Amino acid sequence: MAETFFTKDHEWIRVEGDTATVGITDYAQAQLGDIVFAETPPAGAKLEKGKEAAVVESVKAASDVYAPVTGEVIEANGALEADPALVNTAPESEGWFFKVRLADASELDGLMDESAYKAFVEGL
Amino acid sequence: MNGPKRSAVASPRTETGMSIERMEGIEPKGEADPDAVPDAPASLPLDAWHEAHGGRMVEFAGYHMPVQYEGVMPEHLWTRAHAGLFDVSHMGQLLFTGGGVAEALEALLPADVKGLSEGRMRYSLLLAENGGILDDLMLTRLPAGTPFASGEPGAAWLDTNGSFYMVVNGATKWDDIAHLREHLPDEITLNHMEDRALLALQGPEAAAALARVAPGVEALSFMTAGAFTVAGVEAWVSRSGYTGEDGFEISIPAVAAEKVADALLAQPEVKPIGLGARDSLRLEAGLPLYGHDLDEETTPVAADLGFALSRRRREEGGFPGHARIMLEREQGAIQKRVGLVVEGRQPVREGALVLDGEGSEVGRVTSGGFSPTLQRPIAMAYVPAASAEAGTEIRLEQRGKLFTGTVTPLPFVPHRYHRKGA
Repeated sequence: MAETFFTKDHEWIRVEGDTATVGITDYAQAQLGDIVFAETPPAGAKLEKGKEAAVVESVKAASDVYAPVTGEVIEANGALEADPALVNTAPESEGWFFKVRLADASELDGLMDESAYKAFVEGL
Repeated sequence: MNGPKRSAVASPRTETGMSIERMEGIEPKGEADPDAVPDAPASLPLDAWHEAHGGRMVEFAGYHMPVQYEGVMPEHLWTRAHAGLFDVSHMGQLLFTGGGVAEALEALLPADVKGLSEGRMRYSLLLAENGGILDDLMLTRLPAGTPFASGEPGAAWLDTNGSFYMVVNGATKWDDIAHLREHLPDEITLNHMEDRALLALQGPEAAAALARVAPGVEALSFMTAGAFTVAGVEAWVSRSGYTGEDGFEISIPAVAAEKVADALLAQPEVKPIGLGARDSLRLEAGLPLYGHDLDEETTPVAADLGFALSRRRREEGGFPGHARIMLEREQGAIQKRVGLVVEGRQPVREGALVLDGEGSEVGRVTSGGFSPTLQRPIAMAYVPAASAEAGTEIRLEQRGKLFTGTVTPLPFVPHRYHRKGA
């Protein structure tokens, strides 16, 4: 069964076995506004926790999406190229960015669960 | 890496602040007086009004300002289709009075100030001795008995010698005022009207909306102005703006700002619009932004603002930088400001490099973003004069990635001003 974690960088990580799907939260997309471009890492790319992994651009600004965990990219969401607005309309489902094979499951320790993230956002 | 730094999704607050920083020239300049701008952001007359209407507030030009309400994209498209209400009270509203005021302003600006009729306005430039641009501005000759006249110092001059109203950029107003005070003769009074707010109503339905609360404004044509009563408030209204659309700029006493904003927002055509859409609208309209597309290193010729150099002034001279500017007019500037449409979907933003065939930097992108109207990335850049022809392909680099832009005549989106006789 999948378990979803959240970062203070407003990313979500859905973990099933050693596979993690990563995207940005509904809060993040609302803050960014209309997404006009999203660049995802290619399959095979080695991501390092805390390092730039993807780029998301709104009308007014570019922002980095950092890798919340270390691992190799299994798949990028090709749908974002044609329809970057998926990040706005379905941020926590169809608007996912990439899937990685977790290198170190202990990196998930200390991440927030949904209720902790909700409290975190309310405190902003 | 020279591209603009980006922030993580992590810190939307920072991100918003950064984008605004890039949006208008508030980066500290080396020569700027550190005391010139207050440290803590100040509140403008409509501060509470913006928050009450859902504005997301950021610091901008030393003030709390709304960057957006419902979102940059919908606000942008609403303004192009209907009417958008912008609070631009951060801009400097200056009143000049005194004997010989037209001549005195001509010593600092390349505009035909003396030839400006009452109620008419001009786009002009505050120039440095070397012809560099200190600021861009709007200048209007006031008729006698304007709302500004009563009780103002120098009011006695209004009937006989004329007076002028100038609107300058918020981020540069303190430097502008210092420059003007230093260079204008003692008999000229400069009144910085900090007790006034400035609203802009822009879009194809702006005239219909404003005329409902300010009968008579529909008679104004583009770049003319007059005194009107707006929702019962004495106002100075000009038919001008920064979006490329028909529209108005409305100067009112700060104490009446909420009343006027409420009356305008009550019109079905009108929504409040933030600084984000203001920037994307002006970019589509090909209008430069001081501190980004214009600065002290750029000249009117390089900036492609030759229209701001009136013929009489070109011939007679007598404004700062005249010799250099005339030489550039004859021989061409080294670089020129152009519009670029960018291939692909990814915006190329301020700070991206213009490269020549060998990969050397030969220019810079000074504004760039995604055009909501055209649904593609657009930019303004300084490119070598030989590459400034429409249709020329321009190589760009941003964060190590190459892009291709094509020189495109400005504006990207046609202006729809209400010109006289139109």
